Amino acid sequence: MQDNISPRLPGSGQTEEHSPPHARRPAWWQILWDKTGSYISVALGSIVGAVARFLVSVLCVSQFGDGFPWGTLFVNVTGSFAIGFYAAVTGPDGRLFVSARQRLFVMVGFCGGYTTFSAFSLETLRFVQSGKAQTALVYLVVSVVTWIASVWVGYALAARFNRL
Amino acid sequence: MDTINGVMWVALGSVLGGTARFWLSGFVARRVGETFPWGTMVVNVSGAFLLGVLAASAASRGIFAAVGPWQFAAIGILGTYTTVSSFSLQTLALARDGEMMRAAGNMVLSLSLCLLAVTGGFVAGSYILG
Repeated sequence: MQDNISPRLPGSGQTEEHSPPHARRPAWWQILWDKTGSYISVALGSIVGAVARFLVSVLCVSQFGDGFPWGTLFVNVTGSFAIGFYAAVTGPDGRLFVSARQRLFVMVGFCGGYTTFSAFSLETLRFVQSGKAQTALVYLVVSVVTWIASVWVGYALAARFNRL
Repeated sequence: MDTINGVMWVALGSVLGGTARFWLSGFVARRVGETFPWGTMVVNVSGAFLLGVLAASAASRGIFAAVGPWQFAAIGILGTYTTVSSFSLQTLALARDGEMMRAAGNMVLSLSLCLLAVTGGFVAGSYILG
């Protein structure tokens, strides 16, 4: 079962470890069972991630107002950090050995649901529409730089932790 | 109370958005191969387009101007459908493999296409609804 997070990443090899062939079970049943389990893992992780994202944005609007999308920036930066750290720590050289389903729950479900590209796009468009092209550009550049920096920091920290 | 309602709408939408992303990104990746993260890009660009349409509906006092439908479809479904974490991780993976051009290409292409898509969705939505 693929976890849809690039198999070129360290860790994807591990997702092939599941399901020793059950001799008496028909293959179609096994496939259906695996697929259903994967989708349930993704769905449950998505709920947790999306609700967390929603609560963060409610909190940010109540604290800082809605002049700048701090909530979206926060979830995208922390979500990038989390996926980088988790991918490395559960990878082939990682300290944690987890099931393919747990990786789906955390990486595709939780991190995927917690972060959002569509809200970021709309917020950038809204800055442009309200004549704040400069703010739009700042938001765009700051976002991309901090996303990539935080996934790298998460990954590097986990790699260091793995070597301890 | 408003927040609890919002959590319910967002949670409902997220199940659809998350599973749709899992299915579509896997489908695209299996079809076109995994040397470049096309699956994540297709998801993010299509999600941005649809959010533009919803925003146009909200702006023209359509159904998505109401809080519940917006939380369900925009924050729940499309917020969960699109993802930054996979984008970041896949960009990092390309960079770590020394594929700097592909890593940069993924960033430039994702950003420009998503911004074009959300604008296109907004214009298309305004045209249809307005």
